[in-house]
Amino acid sequence: MQLSSANFKSAARAALHEPNLQAAMAENRNFAAHVRVQVDGTANFQGLRAQAKAIKDHTLAHLDHYLERYEAAAIKQGTQVHWAQTPEQAQQIVVDICRQASARSVIKGKTMIGEEMGINDALARAGIERYETDLGEYILQLADEPPSHINGPAIHKTLEQVQDLFHEHHKDLGRESFLHEPAELLAEARRLLRKRFFEAEVGITGANFLIAEDGSHVLVTNEGNGDLTSLLPKVRIVLASIEKVLPSRADAGVHLQLLALSATGQPLTSYTSLYGGTKNAGELDGAEQCHVVLLDNGRSEMLAGEFRPMLRCIRCAACMDNCPVYNWVGGHAYGWIYPGPMGSIWTPQLTNLEQTVDLPNACTLNGRCAEVCPMQIPLPDMMRVLRSQHWQQQLTATTTRWGIGLWAALASRPRLYRLLTAMAARTMAWAGSKRGRLSRLPLARGWTEQRDMPAPQGATFQQLWQQRQADKNGSEQ
Amino acid sequence: MATMTRSSDKPLVGLLHTCLVDFYRPSIGFASVQLLEQAGCEVRVPDLQTCCGQPAFNSGNFDQARAMARQVIKAFAGFDYVVGPSGSCMSQVKVHYPQLFADEPDWLAQAQELAGRSFELVSFLSDVLNKTDLQSSYQGTVTYHDSCSGLRELGIKQQPRKQLEQVQGLSLVEMAEAETCCGFGGTFCVKYPEISVRMASQKVSNIQASGADTLVGGDLGCLLNISGRLTREGSPVRVFHVAEVLAGMTQIPAIGEGEMR
Ligand code: SF4
Repeated sequence: MQLSSANFKSAARAALHEPNLQAAMAENRNFAAHVRVQVDGTANFQGLRAQAKAIKDHTLAHLDHYLERYEAAAIKQGTQVHWAQTPEQAQQIVVDICRQASARSVIKGKTMIGEEMGINDALARAGIERYETDLGEYILQLADEPPSHINGPAIHKTLEQVQDLFHEHHKDLGRESFLHEPAELLAEARRLLRKRFFEAEVGITGANFLIAEDGSHVLVTNEGNGDLTSLLPKVRIVLASIEKVLPSRADAGVHLQLLALSATGQPLTSYTSLYGGTKNAGELDGAEQCHVVLLDNGRSEMLAGEFRPMLRCIRCAACMDNCPVYNWVGGHAYGWIYPGPMGSIWTPQLTNLEQTVDLPNACTLNGRCAEVCPMQIPLPDMMRVLRSQHWQQQLTATTTRWGIGLWAALASRPRLYRLLTAMAARTMAWAGSKRGRLSRLPLARGWTEQRDMPAPQGATFQQLWQQRQADKNGSEQ
Repeated sequence: MATMTRSSDKPLVGLLHTCLVDFYRPSIGFASVQLLEQAGCEVRVPDLQTCCGQPAFNSGNFDQARAMARQVIKAFAGFDYVVGPSGSCMSQVKVHYPQLFADEPDWLAQAQELAGRSFELVSFLSDVLNKTDLQSSYQGTVTYHDSCSGLRELGIKQQPRKQLEQVQGLSLVEMAEAETCCGFGGTFCVKYPEISVRMASQKVSNIQASGADTLVGGDLGCLLNISGRLTREGSPVRVFHVAEVLAGMTQIPAIGEGEMR
């Protein structure tokens, strides 16, 4: 996917004026509130959180070891493990596997790593048909849009928009009536997809966790499409990234509970499947080939630096669902695959710092994301680290640079500071004295365009305090 | 460590008045002094203080943030306590100064020492001094906005509510999403004004839906933002800092109000 985070400001502005998006985001706010009720009602949530963090920190500290163990165990199960340093390498691996399988079509379950790899475009370029089987992704394929959320890819669409999309794209089915009910729409998508499941030579899914002790991987969905995608085609491709490995099944158990709870408020997702390798002799179901493609794409570097905690991320989306900025501007404004708070850290790491300056800045540092993150990732602290990298590399907006520089220079000279602030306070107070506020400020149009600036009371506290002290001393003598 | 001349055996409190209170609303500073004195403290106001350095810190200019932190550390050496009427500035001192000096052991020790005796005003009155009977009155229905840093970094949630409930004539109602950010966010409000205003407007709708006639909060930055949007929408809801209400200093124009209402 093309990186367009440099357009954050204009995209966000447009999003604020898009009524469909605003309706959809209001629903997401409600959904997030519902999820929080479930989380808060879970007695051992904090315990799980501490456990999961400890497991993941340990795994990351020995990541090479666990990846090697995973690979060895996976090979034993008949899985072929492919390592991809870059998205381009991953694309090549996937396309080659499809070609070897003489695939005309692939079915695909939702995979954000697949988005990161750019698999969809690579398949299109190779002339291979792709059918998305996750309902949200199916809708987006009709709309030709990227996901706006990491586990509810189409949450930016309203029901009405989906009705229209289905009506337009399913015309040739000969259906006359306009479908209204979500259940009817789902049934139609299902019916259409069934056929694709049986035709496709290759099934592509993501993986939520890779298990080092036995070489298996865990896949969770709420629609069951992931299982059909994994089991029906002859060739299975699993797209994952290197930080998804966990030492044992028991460890995955801890993470699975946190993931389901934080993502949707469920104790466990509707479908939680453990896949190990290929079909054994005598078995009826399963793929004949199983390929796992492991993407690095900058993660090894993150492991060595101050962004390592981000590698704990289990992609639950709690941070974005609870982010007041995300819930106004929607995921597309962020301009890449990972939106919201986690994306504001991931995107600069996986792409570049220069074109992503807005992401960690479009944040009030309100701390809600870190509060809800099940993996206790200090997202606001990392936003600040990114801002300090901007500062050091001269990427900070010039107005901010100047403003902060001037302010700091002034604030480190208390006497001058007191003089100038006293003058400014008096002037502003005079200008706003009648109404108690100013509706225009020459240097702060951003503030006053849609809100007033309350006027200062007049004298500064320091002035009045010194006066009070002088009066007190005077009356005491 | 510096020693101070004391005129009594009362706890000696240095008031960190914050740059916003100094500039916009000295009455919050005087309300703070009154509350602290009533609670038996001796209050002084170091004149070397300007700003805690949070704007520099949050803009990624860590060097200047450190310089300003050193200034605060020096200005407030020797006090028993450092207290300020802002969760955000006090969290800068308590939580972020030690972060800033992670690689400078000498300053780290001083920053940690300062952090240990620094408190936000209302939590200081409630949790450290156990003051629960501040004896003031306010006629009105109040809703309280939780400012983010105070809430999430310092755990300020029940303290201001408990204190407000003691105020005669005051009835406290909860608004929806009281814990949701108002969109101020320091420089965020001018860097991303459209998003910031949307967040402020949502806050304003929640305040109005609560039926309150007064909004109270513990951070002037947020209050300036919310008040600015309230008056622009023509709302009659009054805005006061929690210190002003607790000290009974509400006969003056509220935030954003002129001489004549
Ligand atoms: S950063 Fe935390 S809250 Fe956000 S997706 Fe990752 S694990 Fe979930």
